[in-house]
Amino acid sequence: MVEIHRRVLPRAEIAGGFSASNSRATLIDAFVPAWAASAIALLSPVPPGWGGTLIVGLLHTIEIAVGATCLGLLIGIGGASGKLYGGPVVRDLLAVYTTVVRAVPELVLILLLYYAGTDLINQMLTAMGYQRMDISGLAAGIAVLGFCQGAYSTEVIRGAILAIPQGQIEAARAYGMSPGLLLRRITLPAMLPFAIPGLANLWLIATKDTALLAVVGFFELTLATRQAAGVTKAYLTFFVAAGAIYLLLTLVSNLIIGRIESWARRGMPSLKEAR
Amino acid sequence: MTAPATALKHTAQNGAAEAIHVQNLHKNFGKLHVLKGVSLSARDGEVIAIIGGSGSGKSTLLRCINCLENPTSGIIRVNGEEIKLKADSYGHTVPADRKQIERIRSKLGMVFQNFNLWSHMTLIENVIEVPVHVLGVKRDVAIGEAEKLLARVGLTEKRDVYPAYLSGGQQQRAAIARALAINPRVMLFDEPTSALDPELVGEVLKVIGDLAREGRTMVLVTHEMKFAREVATHVVYLHNGLVEEEGPPEQIFGAPKSERLKQFIRNIS
Repeated sequence: MVEIHRRVLPRAEIAGGFSASNSRATLIDAFVPAWAASAIALLSPVPPGWGGTLIVGLLHTIEIAVGATCLGLLIGIGGASGKLYGGPVVRDLLAVYTTVVRAVPELVLILLLYYAGTDLINQMLTAMGYQRMDISGLAAGIAVLGFCQGAYSTEVIRGAILAIPQGQIEAARAYGMSPGLLLRRITLPAMLPFAIPGLANLWLIATKDTALLAVVGFFELTLATRQAAGVTKAYLTFFVAAGAIYLLLTLVSNLIIGRIESWARRGMPSLKEAR
Repeated sequence: MTAPATALKHTAQNGAAEAIHVQNLHKNFGKLHVLKGVSLSARDGEVIAIIGGSGSGKSTLLRCINCLENPTSGIIRVNGEEIKLKADSYGHTVPADRKQIERIRSKLGMVFQNFNLWSHMTLIENVIEVPVHVLGVKRDVAIGEAEKLLARVGLTEKRDVYPAYLSGGQQQRAAIARALAINPRVMLFDEPTSALDPELVGEVLKVIGDLAREGRTMVLVTHEMKFAREVATHVVYLHNGLVEEEGPPEQIFGAPKSERLKQFIRNIS
């Protein structure tokens, strides 16, 4: 620890934009404990600090979580519509999908879909006479997590659609809306207030599930943290920092979700008055 | 009171076109035989009141006209166009042509017992929704029309309010404005006052009565016998899925022939 402190601290002074004057450095040394100074230095966003690496990891995490949640929502909307209004074959297929995906541990699914899935795509490509292609980790990650999310979204959205007073859907049918228009103008906006708590859960789970992609070598926050910790041996510092970043992501998400929820509930009287 | 009420009534000309024609309609819910061969006709300008006891099939009959319930068998013509029906893979009768049924529905203004306004839209948004998105009317034109309609049902100030913040009577008046916004060939009312508090019934009946007097074609399922007598040009009494008796209101309420109708009128008055 001492060694790291000695090695890193002078650089941190430069990186953090500290004054080069000796008196100031001594002042900081006097008030900031040595462990904290070394942590600050290690987490600095400018090399040799590893903060930049964590930020890149976080951005990848957000990218995947957003992509997977969007894909999951699309699958969920289709899945819920299929389960509620589809024919018997569609309903059975969707039942198999939601059951299997929710039954198998996500890590197993990720390994299976990532390796088997990319392999399958390439085999199909070569069979059809095309070149093998490199599937980007980002696309594969979004596809795999989105596929898992879709099963849960299907159930959340199905429940939310069932919670809409059915008369509103009936009124839309009675006025000659086509199924697509009905879904877009009535069903989706009307189910949103009932779906948001469940979908918010799924979003937060998605942000954390991205960590599972570390096992297939996708460079997201957890893998970035492991790398930084492995090189510097400052395990505690980096994993606490990663935890704090995940927490921050959740707090920011909560703010945004709160806004979305009050917008989605615009037609509903507040519960405060009913308490 | 019958004399002035009759004078107010818009009488349909004999030569008026038939807006709705229902012939030998049957409807089964599983083993339950709800409609057992009902026929009904509404010419332009007529106000048809369907009355009957609970479970007599009057709401089902109304809902079959725009295929909210699919009839088991029978003929339905709206505007002279017969609704094409077919049997699906389970043997249920369903509309054969989705586009046709959507086109027909967009000419029928339905008003429901429970209002069924869209809760995520303000009143003005509710009223312009179908004109803009189904009928393709320009948004600003639709808003101008909707404002006139809301003024007409006395809801100008509630223009930007969501339905949940309104009384049942206000919601039902807004629902009537929504139905009028499509400029319907026929208005269908499915027990429009049954879910209202007694003191709110009057304001809704007044709006419906005004529509009747200006010669709108309407089919009205109702429990308000006094109202039916005032506004209807023709009354149909349903019992157990069959038309037990029908005729002008003076005859139905003044000199009922069938024993069941006599008893029904005694029980409700």
